[in-house]
Amino acid sequence: MTTPQHSVVQARPATHAAGAPAIEFVGVHKNYLSHGETVPAVKRTDLAIVQGEFFSLLGPSGCGKTTTMRMIAGFEEPTAGQIFLDGKDVTGVAANKRDVNMVFQSYALFPHLNTYQNVAFGLERRKVAKSEIERRVGEILEIVSLTGMEKRSPREMSGGQQQRVALARALVNRPRALLLDEPLGALDLKLRQQMQIELKRIQREVGITFVYVTHDQGEALTMSDRIAVMCAGVIEQLGSPREIYERPASRFVAGFIGTSNIVDGHVERTEGGLALLSYTTQDRVVVPVPQSVRTGDKLEVSIRPEKVDLHRTLPPVQATGGSVLSGTVTEVVYHGTSTNYTVATAAGADFTVFDQNASNADDLAGRGDRVYLTWAPQHSYLIGV
Amino acid sequence: MTAQTLQRPPAPDADAAARIRPRRRFTGRGLLHAYTWLIIAWLALPILVMIAFGFNDTPGRYNTSWVGFTFKWYAPDQLFLYPDLTDALILSLVIAIVASLVSGALGTGIGYALGRYRFRGAGSFNLLMFAAISSPELIMGASLLSLFVSLGTGVGPVTIAIAHIMFSISFVAVVVRSRVMVLDRSIEEAAADLGASPWTTFWKVTFPIILPAVMSGVLLAFALSIDDFIVTFFTAGTYETFPIWIWGATRVGIPPQVNVMGTLIFAVGVLGAIIANVRSRSGQRTR
Ligand SMILES: Nc1ncnc2c1ncn2[C@@H]1O[C@H](COP(=O)(O)OP(=O)(O)OP(=O)(O)O)[C@@H](O)[C@H]1O
Ligand SMILES: [Mg+2]
Repeated sequence: MTTPQHSVVQARPATHAAGAPAIEFVGVHKNYLSHGETVPAVKRTDLAIVQGEFFSLLGPSGCGKTTTMRMIAGFEEPTAGQIFLDGKDVTGVAANKRDVNMVFQSYALFPHLNTYQNVAFGLERRKVAKSEIERRVGEILEIVSLTGMEKRSPREMSGGQQQRVALARALVNRPRALLLDEPLGALDLKLRQQMQIELKRIQREVGITFVYVTHDQGEALTMSDRIAVMCAGVIEQLGSPREIYERPASRFVAGFIGTSNIVDGHVERTEGGLALLSYTTQDRVVVPVPQSVRTGDKLEVSIRPEKVDLHRTLPPVQATGGSVLSGTVTEVVYHGTSTNYTVATAAGADFTVFDQNASNADDLAGRGDRVYLTWAPQHSYLIGV
Repeated sequence: MTAQTLQRPPAPDADAAARIRPRRRFTGRGLLHAYTWLIIAWLALPILVMIAFGFNDTPGRYNTSWVGFTFKWYAPDQLFLYPDLTDALILSLVIAIVASLVSGALGTGIGYALGRYRFRGAGSFNLLMFAAISSPELIMGASLLSLFVSLGTGVGPVTIAIAHIMFSISFVAVVVRSRVMVLDRSIEEAAADLGASPWTTFWKVTFPIILPAVMSGVLLAFALSIDDFIVTFFTAGTYETFPIWIWGATRVGIPPQVNVMGTLIFAVGVLGAIIANVRSRSGQRTR
């Protein structure tokens, strides 16, 4: 892979109102009509995607990710609401008149054209001079490492190469925003990871806004500046990968992004911004809460598996200062870099605990062993506030 | 060392297989060969007979028993000996070209619309198309004749062409429709996304991709038109097409000129098919 030192593709100079979001949804709603039935695919969504960011739409199948993309590209019109590109209302503007380009999940390369002709297609439509087309196609093919493959037809290339042609074909037009609908969906794991790094590098180099659709949370977390987690046509949470991972806004987000342990219970007392949920004399969960939480309230708390420590004996309370749950190990799974324990806890919920295999020591505990789980107060996260 | 030990084990297996399988495979393959050649002979024999009797040195108009080999029927003065036969051939060719081009254009439009869009009446349109394909020619010809007579248009080359276009359109449309139905919609969306208007998208993307289907539709229409007898017979009036002339000639004997003309039409068809084949193959290699 060649990495040109210079950035050869620049975003076009800004002609828009300064500070306008690259893409903005105002009350966008989309219903499909299917066999006489209305299917809401995207529900009353407000959204602003910042210039130059890597923005991911993440969610389970059928949650409306593709529909959202297709509305930005102009293949679908919203049932209600408005879409702005660079502060300009494009609601009702045809796809071929919008300054965004899309990379399709199926690549959608033109089978009758070779790599060069595929990539040049957009520039030819805009009547760019022939020499200029040659120069820009050459540059972009270098960026996506396809130099020398100009004459190949799509069917003579591997999935990863086709994927890069699709990327080049969109990028060469220097669009305001690039829309990528699960562009790596058809690739095997190794190539996928390689392309993730490539995509991120290309995005940095060209500085174009990327809107990226995926249902792979790992992919979204590693690549994005911001993530919108969608569920059934609604954006459940929008934030940085860290925010979404560490402070999930709903039980759905907590469960969808990585593994989460979720316990619920009633507040026994609050003290210094911490609430105490207790189950037995020694089993308790301590969680930071806002002022509004009162004694007796029912709370849902999420704890990430890697934040939990597993002990064979009950550590002194001073040492933990936070939550303690006793339980019985029901499953031990060795994962190479870590060992995962499943523990049935006194709080009623099953906990998953990741223990890094830093030393070559034996497992901390085996199935059926009585263990104690502890974690610091700041690792308890109150869901839904 | 490792490579050897890895390669060894399969050998006994292969030996065993070689002992048991070959005979069976041989008879199976032999049967397949025989069957294939039988089918080819069945398909090719009538054509070979037609070609052969174009070289028959028959003395008169009767060309049913082999006399001797000659090239003389291929000489223009011999080939075009019967002016009415020549006129009939020209009429047939003109009608076939017009009919295949017009039904190619209209049928492509219909096939594209039916394959791509869902619209009110698409179902009945499909039904109508298959009705046109499957309805007996005799009935189609008779109804067309009464239609033209009652409209008072008279019958002649124009009505023949109209009739041929009418029954060819459905064939073209069906072929194109099935191609469009398996065409990935997102390819056209990609073109629009890259700034192509619907018009440009069709001509730069859709049409080149479905062109092989359009071509087979057009060739089918040409083939249907050039040898159509029944519908033509009803709609031709006093005009004679190539098949009608032959029909008329059966009573007085079909001269070898007919075989030669048939052979030439066949040769052009085969040449076209070969060119199309070679072009699509070289296209696959270089593109
Ligand atoms: N053309 C259509 N007609 C009717 N319903 C549709 C249409 N397209 C999508 N839907 C429905 O709208 C909802 C959202 O679909 P969409 O394709 O946006 O999901 P997605 O999030 O992209 O899912 P996936 O991850 O499986 O691609 C789904 O319930 C789907 O069944
Ligand atoms: Mg999708």
